[in-house]
Amino acid sequence: MPTNALTAQALADVTVSDSTLRRFLHGLPGVDAVGLEARAASLGTRSIKTTAKAYAIDLAISMVDLTTLEGADTPGKVRALGAKAVHPDPTDRTTPTTAAVCVYPDMVAVAKEAVAGSGVKVASVATAFPAGRAALGVKLADVRDAVAAGADEIDMVIDRGAFLAGNYMKVYDEIVAVKEACGTSARLKVIFETGELSTYDNIRRASWLGMLAGADFIKTSTGKVAVNATPANTLLMLEAVRDFRAQTGVQVGVKPAGGIRTTKDAIKFLVLVNETAGEDWLDNHWFRFGASSLLNDLLMQRQKLATGRYSGPDYVTVD
Amino acid sequence: MASLFEYAPAPESRAVVDIAPSYGLFIDGEFTEAADGKVFKTVSPSTEEVLSEVAQAGEADVDRAVKAARKAFEKWSALPGSERAKYLFRIARIIQERSRELAVLETLDNGKPIKETRDADLPLVAAHFFYYAGWADKLGHAGFGPAPKPLGVAGQVIPWNFPLLMLAWKIAPALATGNTVVLKPAETTPLSALFFADICRQAGLPKGVVNILPGYGDTGAALVAHPDVNKVAFTGSTAVGKEIARTVAGTSKKLTLELGGKGANIVFDDAPIDQAVEGIVTGIFFNQGQVCCAGSRLLVQESIQDELLDSLKRRLSTLRLGDPLDKNTDIGAINSAEQLARITALADAGEAEGAERWSPACELPENGYWFAPTLFTNVTQAHTIARDEIFGPVLSVLSFRTPDEAVAKANNTQYGLSAGIWTEKGSRILAVANKLRAGVVWSNTFNKFDPTSPFGGYKESGFGREGGRHGLEAYLDV
Repeated sequence: MPTNALTAQALADVTVSDSTLRRFLHGLPGVDAVGLEARAASLGTRSIKTTAKAYAIDLAISMVDLTTLEGADTPGKVRALGAKAVHPDPTDRTTPTTAAVCVYPDMVAVAKEAVAGSGVKVASVATAFPAGRAALGVKLADVRDAVAAGADEIDMVIDRGAFLAGNYMKVYDEIVAVKEACGTSARLKVIFETGELSTYDNIRRASWLGMLAGADFIKTSTGKVAVNATPANTLLMLEAVRDFRAQTGVQVGVKPAGGIRTTKDAIKFLVLVNETAGEDWLDNHWFRFGASSLLNDLLMQRQKLATGRYSGPDYVTVD
Repeated sequence: MASLFEYAPAPESRAVVDIAPSYGLFIDGEFTEAADGKVFKTVSPSTEEVLSEVAQAGEADVDRAVKAARKAFEKWSALPGSERAKYLFRIARIIQERSRELAVLETLDNGKPIKETRDADLPLVAAHFFYYAGWADKLGHAGFGPAPKPLGVAGQVIPWNFPLLMLAWKIAPALATGNTVVLKPAETTPLSALFFADICRQAGLPKGVVNILPGYGDTGAALVAHPDVNKVAFTGSTAVGKEIARTVAGTSKKLTLELGGKGANIVFDDAPIDQAVEGIVTGIFFNQGQVCCAGSRLLVQESIQDELLDSLKRRLSTLRLGDPLDKNTDIGAINSAEQLARITALADAGEAEGAERWSPACELPENGYWFAPTLFTNVTQAHTIARDEIFGPVLSVLSFRTPDEAVAKANNTQYGLSAGIWTEKGSRILAVANKLRAGVVWSNTFNKFDPTSPFGGYKESGFGREGGRHGLEAYLDV
């Protein structure tokens, strides 16, 4: 344990009042945007080939939260998604399953059935996703619904309005309440919508706020705004979980979501994980990709490594 | 330690560069043997493989080269600036076209990682030629009078740490201002300068405008002492710089010196810690620390010292040392056996004087010259490793309590080339930077270079500026 470790009491003291929480979050080290982005870019130039690439592709597939979050979702669509999560590449049964399927709360039961017995988890975006603009009671009801239907994981959005207004305690209390509603059966992913938080300092504060409130995962974004996961904001969140574990002993997962479409990009994120948080996070219990179009590119690259030839979009399934 | 995520080796191909078994001197547009037939070998520091045999210039060769440069000066200096610019632009473009080849060559001859030659050195080399090409026809607007005149023949001696970049820093402003050049590259890294000679021919540069004389210190000494040289420019060690200053003293030669350094990298308690750690790494482990402006003294505010050192050690454990041609390599080889011995001796002195030594677990290759990234804590101003320039991947960590103490310690050195300030407070950056006696002060970054920005030292780090508009002055009669 490092010399600057926070005691349990010190941590509890942080959340005593609005002002202590505020003081703590604003006392976190600042983020230099230029330096952060330069570091993320330089890690992106690591050259990953052959065996390292094969390892990275399988790891990335196993970390995908295969997602459908459309108003037009139907049980059939969700079942198809579940089938794909279980057998991402029907032509090659050595392909790992994805980590989870991620659906709206009303589709949890369908998804649960579709992936039954496979080990694939069902995640659900509860809490009035994606805007989060609903009363706390409504959000909690949303969560309880999803958990009751069998969700293994809850992806909650924070109240960005409250956060940006500096009302950190409100955000904290909501996360604590949702965590409680998750009970012991579901892990909680807290989505910050980093594109709306706008500054890196805010992202670091949100990360710590989420972790202090008991998040099992911190997640960049909903995938519904212009700027979603970037190497820089993910690097920053990886630093946060690394520091949080160093100070409290508690490990928290990270999930970049939205905008990661290619194998090349996914591998860059894995390099960030490896060299920032470390090997302990190279596992789908601690790192996820919230990306659905990514999976097909991973599968095509996997086929290329196996056969030496590129196939094409018709050699992977459309959903 | 076996890692879950083993990056496969990704070596850059050597096939892009064709190194001849031997090279001559480049005088008056031709490759020629040394008058006394002397040659020396240049080796690859990462493998100790002999790359090529290179002619070694003696006094007679220096005389020939200076005469050729003198003759070429008449026509070259009489060309309109816009004409000289055309040649410089052409050279810049050829460098860009051949950058992959030059990057691999430089990595082979110098030992630095391909990541650095490819992403830092070569883009900067081309940028310097482009930048000074732009000045060639605008000298009347540079603030040195309406029609500033060139000095004549420039004798230039460059070091082995950035062979091609230092060549660009020297040759680009010299040619832009209408001077002609005799340049001596370092004995351990002559190849990229000889490839540059070929680029001059490819660009159709008039004969004698650029002459390249590989050799040892005596070649440099002969060049500096040559009576028909009008301007001496040297980048290298302080000891040699002093010798050159003595030689030049009392003559009409103009002199600029870029010498050693012992840069302070000051981290205040409100710094962006993660980026500061990166900046510390860049400051001292870029080019294996073989950088005159390296941030080799870390001055950290006592209140965050433990936290910062924890982060720094964890970060150093992720540095990848090994084959410099591998794109994943962060730390390459030390340039020569001699330099390795010097670094080793100074690091041992640090230990003997009671500083605490730490290196990450790191396997060194069997062949070649290697030194693991090294951190010394419990260092005080009185330690040798806090005073002497090590010119290797060795960081000395000191602490301070107040901004005044930081400034006092940072300035308490015979050098004054570079410094870094890390804080989120803008007013502190300005206040501290104003008090630091250093030619370059970086804030919230380190080891950033740009052709538009002047570079040079205070005190024993030398005098004169290279780069930017200021860099023109050293080559003009003003």
